[in-house]
Amino acid sequence: MGDILSLVLKRLGYGLITLLVISVIIFFMVELLPGDIAQAVLGQGATEENLAALREQMGLNDPAPVRYFEWLLGAIQGDFGASIISGERVSSVIGERFMNTLFLAAYAAVIAVPFAITLGIIVALLRNTLFDRVANVLTLTSISSPEFFLGYILILYFSVKWGMFPAIASLSQDMTIMELLERTFLPALTLVLVVTAHMMRMTRAAIINLLASPYIEMARLKGTPPWKVIVRHALPNAWAPIINVVALNLAYLITGVVLVEVVFVYPGIGQALVDAVSKRDFPIVQACCLIFAGTFILLNLAADVGAILTNPRLRHPK
Amino acid sequence: MADKKKSVLLEIKDLKIEGYTGEEWVPIIKGVDLTLHKGEVMGLIGESGAGKSTIGAAAMGYARDGTRISGGSIEFDGMELTTASESERRALRGKRIAYVAQSAAASFNPAHKIIDQHTEAPLHYRIQKRLEAQEDAMELYERLRLPNPKEIGFRYPHQVSGGQLQRAMTAMAMACRPDLIIFDEPTTALDVTTQIEVLAAIRDIVDQFDTAAIYITHDLAVVAQMADTIKVLLKGDEVEEAPTEEMLSNPKEDYTKSLWAVRSFQRPQKARPKDATPLISVQNVDAAYTGGVKVLDDVSFDIYEGMTVAVVGESGSGKSTTARVITGLLPPSNGQVLFKGEPLPASYLDRSKDQLRQSQMIYQMADTALNPKVRIADIIGRPAQFYSGLEGAALKARVDELLDLIELEPSQYYNRYPPELSGGQKQRIGIARALAAEPTFIICDEVTSALDQLVAEGILRLLDRLQNELNLAYMFITHDLATVRSIADEVVVMQHGKVVEQGPKDVMFKPPHHPYTDLLLSSVPEMDPNWLTTLLEERGVDNVGESADV
Repeated sequence: MGDILSLVLKRLGYGLITLLVISVIIFFMVELLPGDIAQAVLGQGATEENLAALREQMGLNDPAPVRYFEWLLGAIQGDFGASIISGERVSSVIGERFMNTLFLAAYAAVIAVPFAITLGIIVALLRNTLFDRVANVLTLTSISSPEFFLGYILILYFSVKWGMFPAIASLSQDMTIMELLERTFLPALTLVLVVTAHMMRMTRAAIINLLASPYIEMARLKGTPPWKVIVRHALPNAWAPIINVVALNLAYLITGVVLVEVVFVYPGIGQALVDAVSKRDFPIVQACCLIFAGTFILLNLAADVGAILTNPRLRHPK
Repeated sequence: MADKKKSVLLEIKDLKIEGYTGEEWVPIIKGVDLTLHKGEVMGLIGESGAGKSTIGAAAMGYARDGTRISGGSIEFDGMELTTASESERRALRGKRIAYVAQSAAASFNPAHKIIDQHTEAPLHYRIQKRLEAQEDAMELYERLRLPNPKEIGFRYPHQVSGGQLQRAMTAMAMACRPDLIIFDEPTTALDVTTQIEVLAAIRDIVDQFDTAAIYITHDLAVVAQMADTIKVLLKGDEVEEAPTEEMLSNPKEDYTKSLWAVRSFQRPQKARPKDATPLISVQNVDAAYTGGVKVLDDVSFDIYEGMTVAVVGESGSGKSTTARVITGLLPPSNGQVLFKGEPLPASYLDRSKDQLRQSQMIYQMADTALNPKVRIADIIGRPAQFYSGLEGAALKARVDELLDLIELEPSQYYNRYPPELSGGQKQRIGIARALAAEPTFIICDEVTSALDQLVAEGILRLLDRLQNELNLAYMFITHDLATVRSIADEVVVMQHGKVVEQGPKDVMFKPPHHPYTDLLLSSVPEMDPNWLTTLLEERGVDNVGESADV
């Protein structure tokens, strides 16, 4: 087990280094953007003296590397500075929104991951049958349609025509969990439709890829029924690619939901990012980017560890 | 054994099987009959492409992906398999007919413990409860003389050696006490010393439970130990069938006779030239791979001009690593390699073009050693161009000359691609590619072990002719002692990265031997059907299970 631990620690180390590099890139990319923050805050009518005073106050006169390290030091402690527009702490602006995004992503993932993998197993079992083709066409259609389009279609039928679910997913503090699940069902369903195809097709491909292996033939020649050949003999060896594609899609559920949030007016981090970019609220943009990068790295790390843990050769060394 | 008057278990009549080439269905099995009685062991023998494995699978009512049973009947214990439903056929598999595959390492599922794979069929057919099935497995492991029978099943396949896995797979086939087991080349992937243990274990257990078996192999000597009757196949057709003793002593068909005669090629042994400098001299070489595991330990031997030195040993003995050191692919951690008395730089990167030209290699798997997307003319032409600077018409003439040398008609092969060639032809192209550099020394790494015996013999004869014409020195890496007997001048025996014995071939094949050489030599199966029995008696049956492979 020592081997696995050191492998995991090594991956974790690489993850941290990647995150550090990304933080440098994020900070200096924002730095490169044209325009003056002080000018943006005070507007066109500001006098030179006022601008200079504000720059001094915001620490904009310090050299960039100094500001970077101050920013990084704060970020490590969860303090991303203050919003330029409202003066609120960035963490209090996006903290709650990030939790909302996580909630929606988890909601979608809890439905999409088991659904996609089960469907993948079924189409692998029924490969090249009508069911396989229909499932392929449907999931490909859903992945090829833009999310906002899917979202509006769902709104059209589920809220406007049938009145089953609300079209707007705004939240309030006093909602029960059932209300919450009902209110956010349509955005979650939209996300499920977007990510299912990818995971299902990878599950199918990973399993079918193994069907030519000698141990699969051996299982068949032992009289093992076809579903058991797939579930017991192929699936355990197919986890590594499946876990990878699941992690990729989970990351997408968190970082790629901007459009869905906009369509359903859901108070998530994607909306906050869009707002901040249009208002040049750089501390918020930087914080969002860093959170997204961290999410990607963390999920990829989890996928790597998952792939290691499902490999019997690594789990049970000689 | 051969004349058991028992009832018929399996009756195959006029079996026809077709395979899909991607364009059309072509016949693979062209009407084979086979009758197997209860408790009888039949050997199916033939070269690759003879259809042995296909018939073996068909006996289970199973057609591999891309094949279909297109005619004839397969009757197992009164049940017609060709017309039975898939679920009826499946209900036989594992329970009444079991299968033992060629590579146990690939045929055990890496994700599950050995014993869980063993108990799968008995649990599926509700023959035993889990604990009963596990206890039964342990008992079978003990009968098959696996070490730690109570514990070994709880390991994963990669934690167990190849010979042990092959025995565990035989145990697995026995799990439901089937009436028939198909053994599909069960020892082909094993070293000779391990092969004996597996053969003995298989034979005992088949005897004990009076199981009928179809034993598929390309190795005559092996089948002679195992089978009551032998059926010879050629390209999907039966050649002849007879009881083992009769088949060995009195084969009727020419094809069978030619198979029997394969091991007859023997070229005269050459002696070392006096007062000559060795062409290649390996001196006190130690080598290790990254991670620090020492794989070569003080290896020294000489190869003289125009001579063949065979390097023999089991897998993992360091034969191929020695080749990597000589070619400079793996710089040694100690010692050196001399070429005509001059030290060669340790790494191939530091060697001159001329030094590189002198040593060439021919590989075991011609399939993977030739780029499938490159024309034959370019495969051979490239080294001729690189080392000799030939261009245009001169290059073409040289390629033609090389193709002539390896006995392939230049105009026919010049523009073809490797996948269009047979295994033997591919290996010839590999030889031509080595010759194109005009070397004085060629390393042949198991060049015949992937080939059928007749084809392999053709390659050996060709290598011998080329040696005489071009005065080449060969280092012949092999685990097959029959090959050593036919072509070597000197023999180097390796074990665990050390040279345990070396000398001229005639001396090496005569006693007294080093104990390891003795073990290797005596483990090579012989045609005598009583060879295995006699050998086991000599060695004392009890210690068979616990030798080298534990």
